Amino acid sequence: MTQTVAVDRTSPAPLPRKPWNRHLLAVAVLAVVMVPVPLLLPQAQQAVAVRVMIFALMSIGWNVMSGFGGLFSFGHAAYFGLGAYTTAWLLVEKGLSPWIGMAAGVVVAAAFAVVSGYLLLRYRLKGAYFALATFAFAEMFRLLATNSDVVNRAEGYHIPLQVEESWWWLQFAPSSPNYFWIALALTVVALVASILFLRSRTGQFALAVRDDQDAAAALGIPVMRYQLTTMAISAGITSVAGAFYVQYYLFIDPDLAFGSAVSIQAILPAVIGGVGTIWGPVVGAAILGPLSDVTATVLRNPPAFLSFLEGRGGLDVVIYGVLLIVIILVLPQGIYSAVRQRWFRS
Amino acid sequence: MTNNQQSVSSSGTGVPEEDTATVPAKGRGRRSLGAALGRSQLSVVAVLAVAVLLAYLLADSPVIATQAIVTGLLIGGVYGLVAMGLTLIFGVLDIVNFAHGAFLAVALFITYWLVSSMGLHPYVTILVTVPVMFAVGWAVQRGVLSGAMGKPLENQLLITLGISLVIENGLLLLFGANPRSVPLPGDRTIGILGAVADLSRILAFVGALVLAGVLFLVLQRTRLGTAIRAVAANNAGAQLVGIDTRRIYALTFAIGTACAGAAGTLVSPLVTVEPSTGALFNIVAFVVVVIGGMGNVVGALVGGFVIGLAEQLGTIFLPGQSPLLSVFIVFVLVLFFRPQGLFGRTS
Repeated sequence: MTQTVAVDRTSPAPLPRKPWNRHLLAVAVLAVVMVPVPLLLPQAQQAVAVRVMIFALMSIGWNVMSGFGGLFSFGHAAYFGLGAYTTAWLLVEKGLSPWIGMAAGVVVAAAFAVVSGYLLLRYRLKGAYFALATFAFAEMFRLLATNSDVVNRAEGYHIPLQVEESWWWLQFAPSSPNYFWIALALTVVALVASILFLRSRTGQFALAVRDDQDAAAALGIPVMRYQLTTMAISAGITSVAGAFYVQYYLFIDPDLAFGSAVSIQAILPAVIGGVGTIWGPVVGAAILGPLSDVTATVLRNPPAFLSFLEGRGGLDVVIYGVLLIVIILVLPQGIYSAVRQRWFRS
Repeated sequence: MTNNQQSVSSSGTGVPEEDTATVPAKGRGRRSLGAALGRSQLSVVAVLAVAVLLAYLLADSPVIATQAIVTGLLIGGVYGLVAMGLTLIFGVLDIVNFAHGAFLAVALFITYWLVSSMGLHPYVTILVTVPVMFAVGWAVQRGVLSGAMGKPLENQLLITLGISLVIENGLLLLFGANPRSVPLPGDRTIGILGAVADLSRILAFVGALVLAGVLFLVLQRTRLGTAIRAVAANNAGAQLVGIDTRRIYALTFAIGTACAGAAGTLVSPLVTVEPSTGALFNIVAFVVVVIGGMGNVVGALVGGFVIGLAEQLGTIFLPGQSPLLSVFIVFVLVLFFRPQGLFGRTS
């Protein structure tokens, strides 16, 4: 993240020109810096890094809809799960490559986003009602998947193991750095996509609609079309996270795909990093991703005063929760925005 | 089912509905409010009648339908109590409280702990859970939420989400994930109209109704209740006539949380005691609150029965699916077909 901050610092005025090229440059620098990382990291840390990037992908997607689009989603698990289940179903039942599954998942998730979004916007749900409705959609998918034979009910899918490593089947030895590179590539593509989206006419219109829907409509912006486009892009990005998740962990079930915890995981990095900023979700994911490993390590061999918690789970989420409350109360703009502002002032 | 939803939804009273229960109709608007409320109650009854009739036609035997109705109404009373606390908090503080179910789970675990370690009768523990949860609610509002009053809805939603994450996983951390249960001494099944129900279910229902009645009387008949309704109706006006709104905010949140606490104790013999039990009630309570009209206390109780029935009848209409699915279907349809009425505050 230091690159971005350094880049921002050079801007001459408090209200800089739209810094698209600098953001793109920062993504390029980040990508180049990250490429050799898996060769240096031990395997356990690689797994953490991959999880950070899955978090980041989910949250970059959430941020497009809820940060840039202003439509607060509490049900991104629906898109994540559709990506995951489409990939798993096509692979296990139809023998199609996960790459095809990933593309199909994007289409399915985006299509669902447009259909559900049309209903939500058609009936003018806003704020808490919009959030609760998206939550209800995700829960309905979870309940349907849990009770439908078509997708193996509560058992979910195990991805069959390949005999040898294969790019086509997106399967490698657990220690392979390829997983890291693929996750990195997907994250970079998602970041570039969100920057290009923001730079585009569509993105600018989406921001206008978010900031003042009535004014935007009065100026002739077709509000619903841009909101639906925003939702579709957001759903597509988050579904890629789901598709990659299945391939990386080789397993999916209704709770892992559509559970409310998944929706929360899509929200938290963006909120903690900074909602409506390009880098917020990445910063947030980098903070939250390693937390569960740190707490798991602590609880495996707890210090004396925590010995009664040995082997228990849940501490990581308690810390997520505390962090969430503190951030909202103290830095409602998120860590990235706060740091950036401080840098500007000094 | 579609039919039901439409008539439920068409009964929306629009913007002023939020005030109908918390504030009795007064002065201008009394007639329209009264008429709208009457119509909405009528249509709900009509919808339920159709649903019940369909259930008897579709079920393999009438006993199954009767059983679903009895079970649905009994659990619906408890849903109503949980939702009354939630809707009160929404009506007065404008907070969508995602931690309500987590508070219920805390009470559940307090009951479990008192019963298993001290051998108390489960229902006696309500004397502990209600005051404790009242205090917890007060502390949470004063300590955490008061800093976010007047901020965007999303901020408060995220804070209560954070509180629920902390509580639920704190319980997981302390008690582990093993499911537990609270046995009720002398529990037995009782026949009602050909159906059967556990005594614990009937007692939970009766207890919930009694507490709901007490809450209603407190809101309608006491100075505190009047002050709470005043703040809900007009915050600035209440301040002008000398009501300490910050105190009312804290008290209301505490009362709402105490409702969750009481419900936690009442349902303890019915449910599996585990940290995630509260989340289930949280979801259902939200649905009930939306159906009853956010901020509408009586609506919440009625909505509780509607959702209790929807859940149980859903197992007949959608065989093989989770009962929760029909709850969500009802929820989404109500959300769609009552676009402005549900959003009483904006316009």
